[in-house]
Amino acid sequence: MRLVSDFFEWFGSLGIFTWQVLKAAVTPPYEWSELIRQLDEVGSKSLPLVVMAGSAIGVIISLEARYSLSRFGAKSMFSSTLVYSVIQVMGPVITGLVVSGRVGAGMGAELASMKVTEQIDAIEASAINPYRLLAATRILACILMLPLLTLATDACALMTGWVAQALVEPLSFHQFISSGFSGATFNAFLPPTFKTAVYGLIIGLIACFQGMRTTGGAAGVGRAATNSVVLGSLFLILADVVLVKFILVFFH
Amino acid sequence: MTTVYDNAMKQTEPEQNRLVPGVTVENVFKSFGSFTVLNGISLRVNRGETLAVLGRSGTGKSVLLRLIIGLVKPDSGSIRIQNQDISGLPLDRMGEIRKKMGFLFQHAALYDSLTVGGNVAFPLEHHRRDLSKAERDDRVRQLLSEVGMERDIEKMPSNISGGMQKRVGLVRALALEPEILLLDEPTAGLDPISSAEFNDLILKLQRERQMASIVVTHDLHSAKTIAGRLALLNQGRVVIEGAFSDLQQSDIEFVKEFLKQ
Repeated sequence: MRLVSDFFEWFGSLGIFTWQVLKAAVTPPYEWSELIRQLDEVGSKSLPLVVMAGSAIGVIISLEARYSLSRFGAKSMFSSTLVYSVIQVMGPVITGLVVSGRVGAGMGAELASMKVTEQIDAIEASAINPYRLLAATRILACILMLPLLTLATDACALMTGWVAQALVEPLSFHQFISSGFSGATFNAFLPPTFKTAVYGLIIGLIACFQGMRTTGGAAGVGRAATNSVVLGSLFLILADVVLVKFILVFFH
Repeated sequence: MTTVYDNAMKQTEPEQNRLVPGVTVENVFKSFGSFTVLNGISLRVNRGETLAVLGRSGTGKSVLLRLIIGLVKPDSGSIRIQNQDISGLPLDRMGEIRKKMGFLFQHAALYDSLTVGGNVAFPLEHHRRDLSKAERDDRVRQLLSEVGMERDIEKMPSNISGGMQKRVGLVRALALEPEILLLDEPTAGLDPISSAEFNDLILKLQRERQMASIVVTHDLHSAKTIAGRLALLNQGRVVIEGAFSDLQQSDIEFVKEFLKQ
């Protein structure tokens, strides 16, 4: 019974938090300098990670695709299989999970630490809206940066996927791209990339919510960081189910 | 009828400030779950006056300050800041009221990602956008020099002592030139010499700025040094309110017990 009431209490509090952030985000004064700092924190500092993850994913998909397609005599489908797998599925999800791990944990722990040391209260006591300064800027930075990071992941994955294939049998980059993207439309690639803005919303919102409601000292900070990553990643994957269906219905 | 409060006011406050209200708390109740923290508390502090709120741990002294600055909402009763009732004010309207108030937190609550100078500049950057960077920097240096810390402007909060953190917290609270100052345990954790220096600093600022100040403290010596009037809390109620001499003359058992410390 307690578990059920905690479940509804959590969602209710998240709804109120979301409303407070939304109200703060659309009313001036706008915190431009903090937004730019957060864009750098979320974007630039996540770039090396998504580049490495994307590169690894490209090689993995290339190796798996070559083996599987050879078994079915469909080697000619290699380029388009790699391109579609990376851009429509793996690129967005891997980027979301990597950013959720790095940024979600970082934001959750930072805000939780500020909360337990009364720094958030001090911000509020200084007549500054903490929802605007701390939460809205971080969430917006996640929303704006996720699609850009996804493009970086996709580019790296395609590059390393092509290299892995070209090392085994001759395949020029021009051939790989023209074959991979043949017959493709913007509808095939833009919605999967821009759906990551929703991932960004989920990652930022959950991390800020968990951080700003923390209680209980160092243990609370640890819990907030863990919950930010676990819940952020879980909701991201659940949201993907809905988003994929939505894209299939409206963009195909 | 002359009350203890009126007598204390006559003894301690300049005539011109007596009728300028700062903070008025009327019949405020506050509970957390089944635990009642404040049980119908009423207090009043005028401009130029310092009230020390004393009491044992857990009697709701810090909660009282949080209620006054609007970080916590009362269950019932009214809190007025310069005659404006703050109960139910939305966050942005409350922000306007808070600009008139400075709050020193018990553990200073300095922003650990900013330098000492950055902490003091923080409220100015957000509320005094009319100031140029040079003017703001001058103001920060001037504020820090008032507490003898202008040479520590580039240090991080983690690299200065607890007493220094308190002083930075105090000047941050004063950055917007507040008319009301709330101090939560300003001398807690300080050695006797730092404590005496901090008391002198508060007295000096109070003389210069004539704010309405409320100081929550365990430290009776500090309370009688910096405040003209004292209020002793027990079980969420004001047991006695008046000058220190009124507390000394009281027959109430709890007051006698408390003064033995």
